[in-house]
Amino acid sequence: MRTTLLALLATATPALAAGPEFTVYAPEYFASEWGPGPKIEAGFEAVCACDLVFVTGDVLPRVLLEGESTEADAVIGLSMDQTLRARESGLFAPHNEDTSGLTMPIAWTDPIFLPFNWSETAFIYDETRLKNPPKSFHELLDAPDDLKIVIQDPRSSVSGLALLLWMEEVFGDEGTAEAWAKLKPKILTVTQGWSEAYGMFTDGEADMVLSFTTSPAYHIGAENDTTKHAAIFEEGHYLLAELAAQLKGTDQPELAQQFMDYILSPDFQGMIAEANWSYPSKLPADQLPDSFKALPRPATTLWLPEDEAEALRKPALEEWLRVFAG
Amino acid sequence: MAARLRGLNRPHLSAGTLAAGLLVLLILGTLAVVAGHAGGFSGLGPWDWRAVWFTIWQAALSATLSALLAVPVARALARRRFAGRGLLITLLGAPFILPVIVAVMGLVSVFGRSGLVNEGLAALGLPPVSIYGWQGVILAHVFFNLPLSVRIILHGWQAIPAERLRLAASLDFQPGDIARHLERPMLREVLPGAWLAVFLVCLTSFAVALALGGGPRATTVELAIYQAFRFDFDMGKAATLALVQVALCVAALALSSRVSRPADFGAGLDRDTPLPAPQGWRRGMDGLAIGLAAAFLLVPMMAVIVQGAPNLWGLPGAVWAAAGRSVVMALISALAALALALSLAQAIARGQRWAEFAGMLPLVASPLVLGTGLFLMLRQVASPTDLALPVTVAINAVMALPFALRILIPAARALQADYGRLADSLGMKGLARLRLLTLPRLARPLGFAGGLSAALAMGDLGVITLFADSRNPTLPLKLYQLMNSYRMDDAAACAVLLMAISFALFWLFDRKGRIHAAI
Repeated sequence: MRTTLLALLATATPALAAGPEFTVYAPEYFASEWGPGPKIEAGFEAVCACDLVFVTGDVLPRVLLEGESTEADAVIGLSMDQTLRARESGLFAPHNEDTSGLTMPIAWTDPIFLPFNWSETAFIYDETRLKNPPKSFHELLDAPDDLKIVIQDPRSSVSGLALLLWMEEVFGDEGTAEAWAKLKPKILTVTQGWSEAYGMFTDGEADMVLSFTTSPAYHIGAENDTTKHAAIFEEGHYLLAELAAQLKGTDQPELAQQFMDYILSPDFQGMIAEANWSYPSKLPADQLPDSFKALPRPATTLWLPEDEAEALRKPALEEWLRVFAG
Repeated sequence: MAARLRGLNRPHLSAGTLAAGLLVLLILGTLAVVAGHAGGFSGLGPWDWRAVWFTIWQAALSATLSALLAVPVARALARRRFAGRGLLITLLGAPFILPVIVAVMGLVSVFGRSGLVNEGLAALGLPPVSIYGWQGVILAHVFFNLPLSVRIILHGWQAIPAERLRLAASLDFQPGDIARHLERPMLREVLPGAWLAVFLVCLTSFAVALALGGGPRATTVELAIYQAFRFDFDMGKAATLALVQVALCVAALALSSRVSRPADFGAGLDRDTPLPAPQGWRRGMDGLAIGLAAAFLLVPMMAVIVQGAPNLWGLPGAVWAAAGRSVVMALISALAALALALSLAQAIARGQRWAEFAGMLPLVASPLVLGTGLFLMLRQVASPTDLALPVTVAINAVMALPFALRILIPAARALQADYGRLADSLGMKGLARLRLLTLPRLARPLGFAGGLSAALAMGDLGVITLFADSRNPTLPLKLYQLMNSYRMDDAAACAVLLMAISFALFWLFDRKGRIHAAI
């Protein structure tokens, strides 16, 4: 019995990959067979002669808790709202990559945090249930209140926080509170994370859900379902990029640099779109998978540099809380 | 005299004292480590205090509703005999052991905007009801905790000695007399404990409040801790909020121990005498109570099964491997929780009140603060990734402990009061006492408590994400990963699997306890 227990507990002992261990911290969804982790691991191990090990969990809080003694050689999957705090820690080193060739809707010049994929916030709808989707944020606000939307909490979710900044950008300092007040009766509920909200939408509980401009690509690519769309707003959509970085204190700086190089390589970039359902950060549009080629692009991509976003976060949150809890 | 006897009995360092000490160290120690790392506690803003206030009143309301609604259901189950009664009692316990995310899926498909209830109302031309808002939080909490209250109170009814019932019958007691002389004293002893258990569960409820809360009006302390952890990296604030939760726990414990009075029925000969089952309108009311409770608790679970079962066999092998791993971890957690709970319950029965406080502490421990504190402590010793599985098993055992303890305390007290002196005078000690007296007398609550612990451990998402081990994922983690990869159909199937295993574990333990029970 005891041996069976031990065998069960240790079913997934690490395969004996050749070479030194290279540790990358990543979010939890990364390392599953449905996330991009296994493909990245196979692709990088083919070129690095090392054993890439993903350690999953809350990436930045863990690095900050560990400080300079962290085991991480590199991190992947940071969000844009985390870069300021990560930068201030002084634990991360420059990526040394040329970012001028990135295929992003904005010019990315950050010397430390390297984007590997990106998308924008958007409300997703099902054309069989919503015949006339709003064409602008203002139209959404003026839609009848029985149009029900599910959003995520800006205090616990990256996309929820991005919605806050998106609204600030569209409606400005004066108009945002009023815009929230008009949106409020349409909001069915506020969930902790993205997945609960999206599940409510696919179950038919809500007409629209706060998600990403790239979400329909999943339904096209994996389910052959072309009824889900992002409502494209003329005011623009807020950028969400996922980032990687190498640690200053890594004892394998060459491998860490090689990992940064690998992230921008055609091998990684060609795979990431359908592995993580986001636009690759460096891949010409004509090389995108078909599921992505079909997606409509917004005319404008909005975003705020990290210091402005951080300065805006607390007052914007306060405003949201006042409208919703007041 | 009694005091002197107790003094003679008190061991120098019993297993219970040791367990209680360890618990206090674990919960308050991790809190102190987090505060120390942050360089002290930091102050709370107005929104944090609102969260504290909301947390208290929703927990109090949920606990009161759960306890009050449980009384007629438990009484009906206690005095009626019908085919499938045992199975129904077991099934009614199921919502409590459901993983939160699964339960929310079930509730939404019944009470949601496009759910069964609203479709029914629309067919009748009635306006829809909304589950979203504080009413959703309360509904979900009652859904989760009514089963727990029913079981705790049902044990109270079953523990009324047959001799009292026979005496009542020979005195020709009417239902009103039975209520006054037997049932009310029993409830006076049992209800505060049931209320307290639910209140404490609801204090730390996090996911439920968020999914159905409708917005920031329904913010709990645990969410405020998460925000401090994830976005502000303000560990001092997280520690302060965790301390507030501990203070609430102490206050609730003090309150319930003031209200609770022992019923003093004395020992019986364990004859199986059913409660008198009055006929007439009372029979109809009992049927209604059982029927309504069954519908409220079972229909949402049926909805989850209907949604997920079709995809069950298509689940990838990795999910089944994770399921196997989770089962082993849940079994170890349950045994550890039982050992801890039994030693604590015996210490409490011997009059050590502070052990009760220690045993309830894990309920209000913030998982995030606990995990962070452990992470900071253990990191010096070994790699957190290597410790992931043992830490998860240990934390699950500790988190299930308060429930196991609540179930064991009344039985352990009765055991001590009825048989303690006899066993002492016979010099029964150690293993012999455990084997011949304690285990047979406590088999039924032990089985129930073990089942509960195993099921809770099974459904735990491992909130301690700092210790996540991506190479050995658990079943709840797989469910979360599926949802995050847009695979909602597979996630629904995974939820059914999780629910089935949790329930099977619960049923196995519970049944084993009943088979070996001396009563």
